Amino acid sequence: MADEHYHSIRFDASACHGCMACMRVCPTEAIRIRRGSAVMLEDRCIDCGECIKVCTKNAVVPLTASPAGLGHFDYMIAVPSPALYTQFDLDVTPGTILQALRNSGFDAAAALSWSCGAVTHAIDLFLSEYRGPGPLISSFCPSVVRLVQIKYPELVDQLLPVLSPREVAAREAKLRVSADTGLPLDRIHAVYVTPCPAKLVSIVDHPGMDASFIDSAVGISDLFPLLAPVIRDVQTSGAKVPETETAAGLGWAFSISLPSTLPAEDTMSVWGLPNVLRILDDIDKGKLQRYTFIECHACFEGCVSGALTVENPYVARARALRLQQSLPKRDPVDPADLRARHARGEFRTTLPFAIRPPRPLGRDIVTAITRMQERDRVAARLPGIDCGACGSPTCAAFAEDVVMGEAEQAQCVVLRKEQLEEQAARLAAPLAGTPAGPGSARRSGDDRH
Amino acid sequence: MTDAEFVRAYEIAGADFTNAGRASTGIKETLKNMGLPSALIRRVAIAAYEAEMNTVMYARRGTMTLRVTPEDVTIDVRDEGPGIPDITLAMQEGYSTATPEMREMGFGAGMGLPNIRRNTDELVITSEVNRGTALMMTVHVS
Repeated sequence: MADEHYHSIRFDASACHGCMACMRVCPTEAIRIRRGSAVMLEDRCIDCGECIKVCTKNAVVPLTASPAGLGHFDYMIAVPSPALYTQFDLDVTPGTILQALRNSGFDAAAALSWSCGAVTHAIDLFLSEYRGPGPLISSFCPSVVRLVQIKYPELVDQLLPVLSPREVAAREAKLRVSADTGLPLDRIHAVYVTPCPAKLVSIVDHPGMDASFIDSAVGISDLFPLLAPVIRDVQTSGAKVPETETAAGLGWAFSISLPSTLPAEDTMSVWGLPNVLRILDDIDKGKLQRYTFIECHACFEGCVSGALTVENPYVARARALRLQQSLPKRDPVDPADLRARHARGEFRTTLPFAIRPPRPLGRDIVTAITRMQERDRVAARLPGIDCGACGSPTCAAFAEDVVMGEAEQAQCVVLRKEQLEEQAARLAAPLAGTPAGPGSARRSGDDRH
Repeated sequence: MTDAEFVRAYEIAGADFTNAGRASTGIKETLKNMGLPSALIRRVAIAAYEAEMNTVMYARRGTMTLRVTPEDVTIDVRDEGPGIPDITLAMQEGYSTATPEMREMGFGAGMGLPNIRRNTDELVITSEVNRGTALMMTVHVS
């Protein structure tokens, strides 16, 4: 598996000041500061992008394509995240945004409402037939999927094996273009306009699938400066823009639109990785079995608060609700057609979700026991204040890093200070009773100049 | 065989519901970190959690000691508490002495000890009324 440790972000050592902001916020303790700059532990990173959000030096670089770097293909389709619709003023309709995407070099822009509505129905049909262990956990946020694969391997079979609206939208758009133009599918390129780098993970290496239907991703924040003037042009041209979206798609900007047949008390919606971790922990302990479905989002306000959005997430969420009210309410999905597609497996992932346990302390149990003993011995000496100055996020993580040979115990500034004080005390002992020597006075004086 | 053994003890405070579950989560993380099979970890984690919650709900205080050898994972829970007057009765599914408050929190289905028995290979319970209870839970590694 060449892509086993593929990540959608990288750290730029030349821009990083080693300030530790990213290391402190990382929910899976996947960042260390080494030689003054941040490095990633690839087997632990879940691509959530919290590091991008806190970095003030632009040292965490998303690997999404720049608009200029998308390359040239016979036919390019833009597949917007519903979060894109929430990034502009309220008078900018989804229809205007889709038109602006077409005017900015894309051959087509896919509307989302049908795929969003279809996936809601598909969840309903899947749950009505599902007899396995509960609760099922949503799989549309790639960071949540990676978190389960890395930290909760026993729960991978509870990840919902239903395709996301973005995948369905890309597939349907490609099929339509291929039918209309006669182009083979592999010459049609689908570009996701993404609110976060994590979606790139599911494009490069889609869990539960041989390949994603999406080919590349461009960040909303990268496209925004180019799209905004084109949107103004569309608005001022006075041309009538058709509105192809319905209310069904907008809810997906911050949550999953769950089937109305699913009783609210059988579901739970969890936002933000610290909360997701607690819920997954409870499920792992065998609790919460009475719930049917739990939707989990890595970001606190869902996709509108992704690391590559530009608008305040609360404003964006309010706009999504307003747009939902102003757009047509009709269900864009024909139930009979949908049941037939469901029966053909069109909304199912095709492979089991893999597990990705991080590297353990030892390859065999005896080594692991020895290293864990050593880890506890090191940890017992540490101050337990999690200051981070050693370059590890907590004293516990530092103890493990020492045992694995990735850090030196001397990097702990508190231990160093204690050692220096002991040395100083030993040196001073023979001088006890005499006034402070000239050497020490000179040294403190030097510090001032 | 080898005499390699890892031992770590956790303190459990009775009625401390804010921190309840920390010890069993710590045990789970430790076993994951040691690279033990995830199915085994899940059994140990569920048994440890049930035992920890019993201590939090009924006892004044307790200790939970994790012991890992190449052959076994053992968890030894000793509490200072009311004890179990009739262990055979307590092992029956559905039997519970949980208070309404405990039931409010989702406990009291009478599945605690049966759940522990189901997830362990060996279980030894000793108890003395008004003194405390000791559980020795073992799951074989291979």
